[in-house]
Amino acid sequence: MIWLESFIGLALVVISAGLMLVFALPRFRQGRSTLRPITALQRLRRAIGLAVEDGTRLHVSIGKSSIFSATNASALVGLSTLERVAQLSLVSDRPPVATSGDGTLSVLSQDTLRAAYRIANVPEQYDPDRGRLAGATPFSYIAGTFPIIRDERVSTNILVGNFGPEVGLLADASDQENAFTLATSDALASQAVLYAVAEETLIGEELFALPAYLQTGVIHQASLRLQDVLRWVVVGLILLAALLAFLGVTLL
Amino acid sequence: MRAPVWTAVAISIGLIVLLGYFIPPELAQFGFILTIRSILVGWAVILAGVAALVGVLNLFLVHVARMTAKRNPDRYSILLVVFFILSLGFGLYLTPADPNYQKVVTAIQVPVEASLMGILAVTLTFASFRLFQRRKGLMAVVFAISAVFFLLVGSGLLAPLQEVPGIGGILGFFQRLPVAGGRGILLGIALGSLTAGLRVLLGADRPYSG
Repeated sequence: MIWLESFIGLALVVISAGLMLVFALPRFRQGRSTLRPITALQRLRRAIGLAVEDGTRLHVSIGKSSIFSATNASALVGLSTLERVAQLSLVSDRPPVATSGDGTLSVLSQDTLRAAYRIANVPEQYDPDRGRLAGATPFSYIAGTFPIIRDERVSTNILVGNFGPEVGLLADASDQENAFTLATSDALASQAVLYAVAEETLIGEELFALPAYLQTGVIHQASLRLQDVLRWVVVGLILLAALLAFLGVTLL
Repeated sequence: MRAPVWTAVAISIGLIVLLGYFIPPELAQFGFILTIRSILVGWAVILAGVAALVGVLNLFLVHVARMTAKRNPDRYSILLVVFFILSLGFGLYLTPADPNYQKVVTAIQVPVEASLMGILAVTLTFASFRLFQRRKGLMAVVFAISAVFFLLVGSGLLAPLQEVPGIGGILGFFQRLPVAGGRGILLGIALGSLTAGLRVLLGADRPYSG
C-alpha cells in the first residue's frame, strides 16, 4: 500500500509538472490568455495604479506561516505577489512595505524586494527596513502591523498568506483608514472572517490565482490551467468513488 | 537575471527532498537519498532558527529607528524596545525555563491577547451588521443566512429534535454540510498548493534572490 501511495504521489507530481510546462508553451497559450474576471483582482490592479499615481504606499502582509510548515504555499504566493507589487510600483515615491509574522518570511520578503529592484536595475531603491517582522506570535504580528497601516500613508493593503481569524482586526484597521483592502488566507476560519470584514476577499483557490492576475509570468497562467484540469480530475474521482460506494464496490 | 547557479542548487535540493518523501524506507538501494534528505532538512531547521533571530533583530532595529526618528518619533516603539531589552536580559539571566520568568511573560501576554480577541469579537459583530452595505448580491444573503442557521444548528439548541423521526436525519445532514463545504475549499487550496510548489521546483517562482 505504501508503494502504491508513493507511486501515485510521484506520478501526480511528474504529470502535473509536465502539464504545467506544456500549458506554458506558446502553442498551447494561443487564445487562452483571457482570465475569468474577478472583481477583487480588477479592483486591486486599479488600487495599485492609483497608489503609484498619488504617491501613497502599498502594504503587503504575507502571513505568519513558516516556510517549513505545511501551509507555506500561501506564503509563496504572498512572496510572488510582493515581487510583482514591487515591480509595479517602481516609479512610486513611496516603495511598498512588507510585513510578516515569521522570521524566515521576513528574511525572504527582504530578499524578494532586493531581487525585484535589482532585476529592474534600481538596486539603490532597496531598503531592508521595508521587509519587516511585525511580531513573532499571531497577535503580536497583528499588533505590530497596526502602526504601519495607520502611520505610513498606506492606501492599499494586500493581506495574502496564512492568517488566523485575528486578521479581521487588520482588515478593520485598513477600513478605518479608508484604504483599499484585498485580503485572503488559506485558513477556513479566516476566509469566513475576511468575507465579513474585508473590502475585497478571495475564497479558496482564488488565492493562488493572485500572481497570475497580476501578470507575474506565463507559468502562473499555465498553473491556473493546470489547477482547472486537476479540479475536474478530482471531481471525476469523487463522483466515481461515490458511484462505486453506492454499488457496494470496494477497491482498497 | 537571477543567479542561475543558485536557482539550480535550490531546484536540486527541492527535488532531492521531494523524492525522499516518495521513497519507502525499506528500499535499501535508495537509502542514500533519505540520508541526504534528512541532512538537508536538518540544515533547513538550523537556518530557520537563524532566520528567526535575524527577523527579531530586524524588528528591534526598525523600532529603534522609529523611536529615534527626528520627525514624528514613535512613542510606542520606546515601550517595545524597553520591554524587548528587559525580556531578553531576564531571559538570558534566568533562562526561559525559569517558572517565575514564564509566569511574568504569560501574565502580560495572555491578557493582552485575550483583549485583542475581545476586540475581534466586537469587530466581527459590527462587520456582520455592515455586511449588506459592503457586499451586494445573492452570495451575501446566502452567507448571512448560512452563518445564522449553522450557528443555530451547531449550538445544540435543536438537539432535542434529533429524536424526532425524519427530522433527526435532516438535522444530521445539515450538521455535516459545513464539513463538506469546508472540504471542497480545502481541496481547492490543496491543488493550489501543489501548483505553487511545482512553480518553485521548476524555478518559475524564486522566493530567493541568489
